[in-house]
Amino acid sequence: MNQGINVVGLYVDDQDEALAFYVDKLGFRVHTDVRNGPYRWLTVQHPDQPSFQLGLFTPGPPIHDEATAQTLRAMVAKGAMPPLVLSVSDCRAGYARLKARGVEFTQEPIDRFGSVDAGFRDPAGNGWKMIQAPQSTT
Amino acid sequence: MRPREYQRAQPPAPSSAPASAGQLQDPALLRRLLRARDRMDAASHEAWPVERLAAVSGVSEAHFARSFKRAFGIPPHRYLLTRRIEQANTLLRDTALSITEIAFATGWGSLGTFGRTFHDITGRSPSAMRREAQANMLELDRVPACVLKAAQRPDLTSAVLEKRRRTAKGKFPPSTKEVS
Repeated sequence: MNQGINVVGLYVDDQDEALAFYVDKLGFRVHTDVRNGPYRWLTVQHPDQPSFQLGLFTPGPPIHDEATAQTLRAMVAKGAMPPLVLSVSDCRAGYARLKARGVEFTQEPIDRFGSVDAGFRDPAGNGWKMIQAPQSTT
Repeated sequence: MRPREYQRAQPPAPSSAPASAGQLQDPALLRRLLRARDRMDAASHEAWPVERLAAVSGVSEAHFARSFKRAFGIPPHRYLLTRRIEQANTLLRDTALSITEIAFATGWGSLGTFGRTFHDITGRSPSAMRREAQANMLELDRVPACVLKAAQRPDLTSAVLEKRRRTAKGKFPPSTKEVS
């Protein structure tokens, strides 16, 4: 058993929509999808990263009161959540593939000192950078 | 992937819309406003009149300007300025482009307007900024370049003209037009 970070979660406004996005468009896999009444624990995984789960959680009861949930939904929708980075081997190819699947890109691939990065958002508003490391360090 | 550190501490912005500050905006509207902001981010060198932005968000022009400011704390035009200055800073630091080339590449119509606005916002001339930035390039290469770029955006809590009025007595033609 390795020690380390196992689950990190995002807030999304709609778990079904998020699931469709992360699985059908980004190519992640469902790891856990369990319900307990209105609560749904939903995590997905990058196919190359079996030890890490990305949680797709909705703000709301019983975890949050309605005012807190509204604040969280607003923060996500205005893109105020922390940056997320997806490491890719070929940013331009990934961009073309995801764009064709209808992913909402916020930035086309740009070269910066040998690394290439692009930006996209999930349907809820979480912002991702897709970064291809410089050849020399990979 | 290398470890990285990321810090973007900012003082709390003064609330400029107390009348409506207590009420949260509809997340669906915020998401559409974010889309307009993203479009400005992606092409800050282009002209972004309110009607163009409002069309991206699918709301009326009056509603857009008001809602944008409420959502993001500054009017859309001023947000665009921060992005242009950010982009100019990056080009000053990372390229050998001339100041004139940078002025036009980042969306200004003239070198004079660019230089004036840049100085008003950053307190330095573009060439002074270039010297400074190039002298301070240690360590920062541990932050993803795209994230670092956004973190070096100027914090434009007051209008550029307002800022200039406070520091200068002379009369200047407006270097930029505030739309909201």
